[in-house]
Amino acid sequence: MDYLKIYYYMRLTRAMEDRTRTLFLQGRIVGGVYTAQGHEATTVGAAMMLRDGDCIVPQHRDLGMHLVRGTSPRAVMCQWLARGNSPTLGRDGQLHIGDMHHGIVPMISMLGDSLAVACGVALTMKIRKHPHVVLASCGDGATSTGTFHEAVNFAAVQKLPLVVLIENNGYAYSTPNEKEFAVHSLSERALAYGIPGESVDGNDVLAVTAAVERALAHARDGNGPALIECRTFRVRGHSEADKADYVPPELRAEWLAKDPIRRFEQYLIQHHLLSEATKAEIEAEIKATVDDAVSYAEQSPSPDPATVADYIFAPDGPVAIIGEGQAQNPRYVNALDTRTGRPFSTVQPVKEVVGKR
Amino acid sequence: MNEKKVTYLEAISQAIREEMRRDESVFLLGEDVGTYGGAFKISAGFLEEFGPERVIDTPMAEAAIIGSAVGAALMGMRPIAEMQYIDFITCGFDQIINMASKMYWRVGMPVPIVIRGPAGGGTKGGPFHSSSPEAWFFHTPGIKVVAPSTAYDAKGMLKAAIRDNNPVLYLEHKLLYRMPELREELPEEDFVVPLGKAIVRRQGEDMTMLTYGAMVYQCLKAAQILEEEDDLEAEIVDLRSLTPLDREVITESVKHTNKVLIVHEDTLTGGIGAELAAILAEDLFEYLDGPITRVAAPDAPFPYAPALEAAYLPNTEKILAAARRLAAY
Repeated sequence: MDYLKIYYYMRLTRAMEDRTRTLFLQGRIVGGVYTAQGHEATTVGAAMMLRDGDCIVPQHRDLGMHLVRGTSPRAVMCQWLARGNSPTLGRDGQLHIGDMHHGIVPMISMLGDSLAVACGVALTMKIRKHPHVVLASCGDGATSTGTFHEAVNFAAVQKLPLVVLIENNGYAYSTPNEKEFAVHSLSERALAYGIPGESVDGNDVLAVTAAVERALAHARDGNGPALIECRTFRVRGHSEADKADYVPPELRAEWLAKDPIRRFEQYLIQHHLLSEATKAEIEAEIKATVDDAVSYAEQSPSPDPATVADYIFAPDGPVAIIGEGQAQNPRYVNALDTRTGRPFSTVQPVKEVVGKR
Repeated sequence: MNEKKVTYLEAISQAIREEMRRDESVFLLGEDVGTYGGAFKISAGFLEEFGPERVIDTPMAEAAIIGSAVGAALMGMRPIAEMQYIDFITCGFDQIINMASKMYWRVGMPVPIVIRGPAGGGTKGGPFHSSSPEAWFFHTPGIKVVAPSTAYDAKGMLKAAIRDNNPVLYLEHKLLYRMPELREELPEEDFVVPLGKAIVRRQGEDMTMLTYGAMVYQCLKAAQILEEEDDLEAEIVDLRSLTPLDREVITESVKHTNKVLIVHEDTLTGGIGAELAAILAEDLFEYLDGPITRVAAPDAPFPYAPALEAAYLPNTEKILAAARRLAAY
């Protein structure tokens, strides 16, 4: 396992979100901004355990997963800034993006819904005998939805290659855990589905990677889904418009002291895995990446208003099964973005990808 | 009886079976579709032929069924999600409205799914086994909505729906499933009925009846009586496809009849007829010689008791009365 790569992505995730917040405060992002300070060990750690061909089904606080899987920082900034060349052509914002050829399923705002979609991806892998696994996340809030239950139950019955990663960050918007559920830990819910479940410290990246590795192995071996609760904390508001004054200050301070990036950095330094020089190099690279993403997005065009009602329906033509044969041959309707005639733009060209895909 | 003639239900069954044989990306999932062969036996024998990975008995979980279909479609599969009764589609509503229908417009990825199931009343099904849910989806951009009325269309349109690269809601009228009059001999060779094409079921000069589904037959009966008793010739346009809507056939018909009666089984307010009326008023105003007239179910939930059901559903008598009022203009 490449610890420095993990460290890099945790730092990149934080830096991207810090910059996004600044853009929001400057009034350059017009819509809601959702960040995930404190989640980096969970999102980056989990995604780092995947292999080529595996699939993530990330949610709104999973920028870390996205970046590890190759989502382009430029694409992310184009999304925030509602650019016409964003992966959604400015039709949607935030992290509502994906690219099936790179194993990233686009989310919607109805949290919990994506878990059912994750089942369909995993079902296809099972039917088509792909040796891959789906890693789907959700927050503590989404575990209260009916679809969470329907999806996890269906996955368990069908023994789908699915790992459900619950990022319990203490609150569903302003609603604390004790008003959300009556179980002691969300991993107890696994019992109800007859699948393995465990709870781990979501701010300890090595605890996360170990748990995810166990769950992935279970799913990959054909034993069906597994569930992990990563206990973390949302140290900022639900959105950047939310002051989160419902969070007791001492609770927030307690979790700020458990910051996942600082903890991992201390571990790396203690084990002589990170020198000051390397750290400075990483910081410089991250700054350059974020600067590039922001300036690229800012120079990108606004969508053409005349296109607002275009592309309601996909055109006719053959559809490739993702991950099989020549799935990216342009003769297939899903090989590239038929709205633009260009490749899907969520994931940057492979040569630029530092992580896995 | 000609053994080659098939019912509306058998036509649906044939379409799914032939598409599953033709294309291995096609599979069926839903409640009781496998071992039991479906509540109406549409998939009887499928499990034996295609195996449990392509004929999937699911838990009672419509959001999981439709959501899984979306996920599989994103992977390039062509799932057919069966709602045991179409009424239960509301349990999976969000996966259709927010997940499937917006996907291509948002992210450029096609979602080739068919959601199908028995719709419509007349079978003493009561408030939860009789509904006509088309208007909710007709209102939603990004999903096609079709409602065939003959065995030929049932087969050809289902094949077209399965081959379509978009979400398609395919409404089967359960009253037509085994109706003997609908048995017909279908072509042996592969055929599709393209989505988005209406068809004129009866030609006439005096008024146009715009309808679909089982109401086609009530309109045909009414038209027969109008011919015999009133010397009126009604033209009947079977819309078949609600989205996309065939404005050409509607326009052609209205231009020569100049009067329009809209008939549907769904409730009146905000129904398909409301949009048809708006289109006619906006685009064909100068061709109209009488008020656009609608016959639909009253704005009430679907009732159970036979006396109530009969009062609720549009029928030949109600159509006749409305047609005569309209003809008087």
